[in-house]
Amino acid sequence: MRRLINRRPDVAIGFGLMLLPFVAVIIAYMVASDARLSVNPNDKLLPGWSTIAAAIERMAFLPDQRTGTYLLLEDTISSLTRLGIGVAVATVIGGIFGILQGLIPYFRSTFNAFTSVLSMIPPLAVLPILFIVFGLGELAKVVLVAVGIAPFIIRDLALRTEEIPHEEIIKAQTLGASTWQIIVRIVVPQMLPRLIDGVRLSLGAAWLFLIAAEAIASDSGLGYRIFLMRRYLAMDVILPYVAWITFLAFALDLALRLFQRVAFRWMYRGN
Amino acid sequence: MTVENVWKIYGDQTVLENISLEIEPGSFIALVGPSGCGKSTFLRMMLGDEAPSKGRILLDGVELDAEPSPDRGVVFQKYSVFPHLTAVQNVMLGLEFAKSPVLGRLFGKAKREAKAEALEMLKSVGLAHAVNKYPSELSGGMQQRLAIAQALVKKPKILLLDEPFGALDPGIRAEVHEILLRLWREEGMTVFMVTHDLSEAFKLATRVIAFDRVRTRPEELKAYGATVTFDLKVDGKTVPPRPQPAPVLAAAAQ
Repeated sequence: MRRLINRRPDVAIGFGLMLLPFVAVIIAYMVASDARLSVNPNDKLLPGWSTIAAAIERMAFLPDQRTGTYLLLEDTISSLTRLGIGVAVATVIGGIFGILQGLIPYFRSTFNAFTSVLSMIPPLAVLPILFIVFGLGELAKVVLVAVGIAPFIIRDLALRTEEIPHEEIIKAQTLGASTWQIIVRIVVPQMLPRLIDGVRLSLGAAWLFLIAAEAIASDSGLGYRIFLMRRYLAMDVILPYVAWITFLAFALDLALRLFQRVAFRWMYRGN
Repeated sequence: MTVENVWKIYGDQTVLENISLEIEPGSFIALVGPSGCGKSTFLRMMLGDEAPSKGRILLDGVELDAEPSPDRGVVFQKYSVFPHLTAVQNVMLGLEFAKSPVLGRLFGKAKREAKAEALEMLKSVGLAHAVNKYPSELSGGMQQRLAIAQALVKKPKILLLDEPFGALDPGIRAEVHEILLRLWREEGMTVFMVTHDLSEAFKLATRVIAFDRVRTRPEELKAYGATVTFDLKVDGKTVPPRPQPAPVLAAAAQ
């Protein structure tokens, strides 16, 4: 009998094992839903498939009776816009500050402690301040996403920049490079794929801040809709929305990973 | 190059003490010694990566800058080439830095000229077949040849080598030795190589310098550093070597 750590599933079994927990959760849901519905056909907590399908049709494929728009589409567009702008701002700030902090000792001395302290502030604790300062409109939500993830991206990238072998920086100087030339030809090209990694890791937090901001003060967005529906115990809408948000997050992550593979081939050649 | 009474002290630990050397231009110096005797520290001071605690290092009678500069090329044991650039881009880099201060990149005619020069350099280290490969696709010996080509494209007065062939197989090592010796004669530069392989030192160098600690009692280890214990001219080698008009360079000049 070989040790458990040395036994590996083949491809087919591996695929089956991967599906197993998903299938188990779905079956558990169906059993529980059936049990509750058989006692009370109007139960709202665990709606059956037909109720969920009807809710999906109502939210995604039929125009809303009051506004005439497709709610799921509208919510998705406004949420992704906020998330996209917030993440883009945080990426630019994180890229610039992270690289300078990792490479230039004077810059590091000035900002290292400051960004460390900033990153310890719980972003949601600042949310009231953002609403007071920027109002309840789009700006406060975008700023929350950006403020929430920028410190992480800065610190991550600063560490990655410091990990560039000292030999490379010395070599560049013996080739006559100035600080600026080292940044544009040596550091930035090597740090862009790391920056994408940092953004991927912070996307989960970005969604968290977005949904929190939408839940508190908004008139559209995926987070707004879930928290609105909570008042009516409308699990038939909330469950598909959660699944949709999960899918969007997964797709964003996959897109970034594919972009990284295509754009930075040197990282994947030969190893 | 002149080294005058150089000391290197970290805190209360003396690493090198009272090193004085006179190095003739065009010589090939091998610096040997046991691990931890400060030979790499000495190389870093020559490079400008670190400053001597006491004493001076002069190049052509002028004290060295306290930072690396293009008159001193370097090849380390690893991380000497840039992983995100192909072989030819790695070699072009030094030319691009010189001519393009803002973008660090050349375009059009200037780029074609730099590329031609880089390709010539790659050919002379035997990498003509691998110009578009990334360093991760090259073997260890090829990476070190690339690092040499990248350094030499700047025509440095001094080439500093920090255990450059330590990680290579013996066969590959002999091959790179031949390339290095040929380039040294062609370019007429001074080569300064740190190695812990004595046979390599005597095979390549015109002069072998050994660093070691003279005082080795435990209570003396901190207060006393290593210094020059042997300084041998290797017989049968001309110092400085006469740069021969190599056919490759003559052809390039025309």
